[in-house]
Amino acid sequence: MALKMTRNPMPSQDPKERAHNFKEVALGYTKEMAIDEANRCLNCKTRPCVKGCPVNISIPEFISECKSGNFEGAYDIIRKTSSLPAVCGRVCPQESQCEKHCTLGIKGESVGIGRLERYVADHHESSAVEMPKANGHKVAIVGSGPSGLTCAGDLAKAGFKVTVFEALNTAGGVLVYGIPEFRLPKTIVQKEIDSLKALGVDVQTDVIIGRTLTIEELFESGYEAVYIASGAGLPNFMNIPGEGLNGVFSANEFLTRSNLMKAYLPDSETPISKDGVVVVVGGGNVAMDAARTALRLGADEVHVVYRRSLDELPARKEEVEHAMEEGIKFDLLTNPVEIIGYLNPDDPRDPKNGSVKAIKCIRMELGEPDEKGRRRPVAIKGSEFELPCKTVIMSIGTSPNPLIKNTTPGLEVNNHGGIVVDDGGKTSRECVYAGGDAVTGAATVISAMGAGKVAAKSIIEKFK
Amino acid sequence: MFRIASKKILNPTVTQMEIEAPLVAKKAKPGQFIILRVNEGGERIPLTVAGCDVAKGLVKIIFQIVGATTGKLNEKNEGDSIQDFVGPLGKPTDMEGKKKVCVVGGGVGCAISMPVAQGFHDAGANVTSIIGFRNKDLVILEEEFEKASDRLIIMSDDGSYKRQGNVTVPLKELLESGEKFDEIIAIGPVIMMKFVTLTAKPYGIPVTVSMNPIMIDGTGMCGCCRLTLNTDKGKVMKFACVDGPDFNGYEVDFDEAMSRGRMYADFEKKAREASCNLFKKEVK
Repeated sequence: MALKMTRNPMPSQDPKERAHNFKEVALGYTKEMAIDEANRCLNCKTRPCVKGCPVNISIPEFISECKSGNFEGAYDIIRKTSSLPAVCGRVCPQESQCEKHCTLGIKGESVGIGRLERYVADHHESSAVEMPKANGHKVAIVGSGPSGLTCAGDLAKAGFKVTVFEALNTAGGVLVYGIPEFRLPKTIVQKEIDSLKALGVDVQTDVIIGRTLTIEELFESGYEAVYIASGAGLPNFMNIPGEGLNGVFSANEFLTRSNLMKAYLPDSETPISKDGVVVVVGGGNVAMDAARTALRLGADEVHVVYRRSLDELPARKEEVEHAMEEGIKFDLLTNPVEIIGYLNPDDPRDPKNGSVKAIKCIRMELGEPDEKGRRRPVAIKGSEFELPCKTVIMSIGTSPNPLIKNTTPGLEVNNHGGIVVDDGGKTSRECVYAGGDAVTGAATVISAMGAGKVAAKSIIEKFK
Repeated sequence: MFRIASKKILNPTVTQMEIEAPLVAKKAKPGQFIILRVNEGGERIPLTVAGCDVAKGLVKIIFQIVGATTGKLNEKNEGDSIQDFVGPLGKPTDMEGKKKVCVVGGGVGCAISMPVAQGFHDAGANVTSIIGFRNKDLVILEEEFEKASDRLIIMSDDGSYKRQGNVTVPLKELLESGEKFDEIIAIGPVIMMKFVTLTAKPYGIPVTVSMNPIMIDGTGMCGCCRLTLNTDKGKVMKFACVDGPDFNGYEVDFDEAMSRGRMYADFEKKAREASCNLFKKEVK
């Protein structure tokens, strides 16, 4: 059989249509496409793809099962190392991980590993799982995001009694409050959580570790180890005038309103701004999510304002392409300097007073590379201009949440506020482990999952 | 789910409830708040803790029926449950080392200032309480304030109960007569806190205000509750949920806070009208 150098394209909703609904953008392979794509895999003996996977999924092995149409067998292989395959198949940046190392990618297009993983996970029929034999040890996990859930899954499979504490009203962390429905349907997240519960994992929502209970109290109540996966925290703002105006949101707030509180549905009681021109500041995946959410909510026009050029845009290429297809405008080499508010000089009680009227930006050019090798953007004098808008969404990263640090004596943090851990995820406190964004600052779902696996391994070793 | 152990109508617009939440009851201190959601699909709203019964595991909340969510909460009765109840959030009010304080409460803000006055009283401080209401019908917690205060001054806007006028009137009289307080703690509508701060300013007495902005998560994730402080080092952004809710009154940008508080006034109005129409249908 001649080697196909291009991969099977992902069937997707038409951009014009999907720009106005919250249904999933990528529709998933058919069975025929999945088998055809699997057959492109060379099954390299050196398994380069596995090196690129933060959770070391046995990629060639699961793809081999797909070739013969044994998708349940493929699922079992993936599930050995990944607790959240349906999630990873959708939100992992595969192009910079497993698929980046694929031999086929040297001369053509790499195998669509993520797409296959998604197919396998989506078509898995849940069956009765065998409860692991209890080992008598109790572990508490702080946060039910990807890192906490991964750690919980691995520990439960090893026989630990695991309780996951979630501060919000629904489990899932960033998978629920951050990533929108059109990129990751919440029924899929719920399915993954349900399968962990079937393994005996207890999930307690509405408990804030650091407030409702402290780490100390978890130990006092019988937990022998704690894994902190509380995620990133406080949203960053630019410290420019006008950020307190009505209509200025952090991406976290805007996305939480839409995703967790379901403000996009007509019967939700949580308000969100739905019309007018929306300006999103920043160029990461979160910025893309915010921009595309704003568009779907009914914005007249959505602009992404980013201070560097398209080449430096940190978001996944696929997300940027999707956003562009849907009609999001990219104002590159542009940086906000001020948000201008509405003020009626004749009527101090005008309800529009204090709300956003426009954002003032300045054009940038790329100068000398900085310490990371990225060319530093420099403002072009006198190039300021105003972009009229109703909503501004700041999507320029987060700083670690101080709650746990402030209530856990002896827990070492670095000067950015991230929890300090060793290679095994151990913190400065005995039997306290940490990982994910709480350690690294905002990063990817899969790296957070990788950290959850590392910590689980350390905990399993410790209680052997 | 969290069970409502008791419900008491304090006045036509203010209700008190005790919610079964033993973990929160064990931890909550004066000045802290909780976040609740009445039902699935409901909004998350912050409410300040008005007291706790640790032995019974109960947390007392007092709320004014102002919007769709508080309206819905008020429809619940003893024995019913609410979907979510999480806390305690925010930093407790700092009561260390203060011997003589003046607690100023306005309207439903008195529900928050009462446990603060009580806390100071229990810690041995001399407490003057000045509480104000729009009219006689809206007076709440008078008895409790009586017990927690060495001196209690009650004001009503229309003169229908005790003295007529707003809370800054007696505060100014006291300060003018040379009364010295280690601290003034003002809790109530933002406009009241602004004017208490302005009244105290010429006398150089520290003023702490308890901010109550719109919130979603309440744990320092969304940034909705941000406010601006004008400090020696210039403008600083703070988050009421993790940095507050208590702030130095002289630093808070009250005008911005008031404007931010009105952000969803229009949405709330529509939501309330929608629920009103529903009631009409049920009556038919």
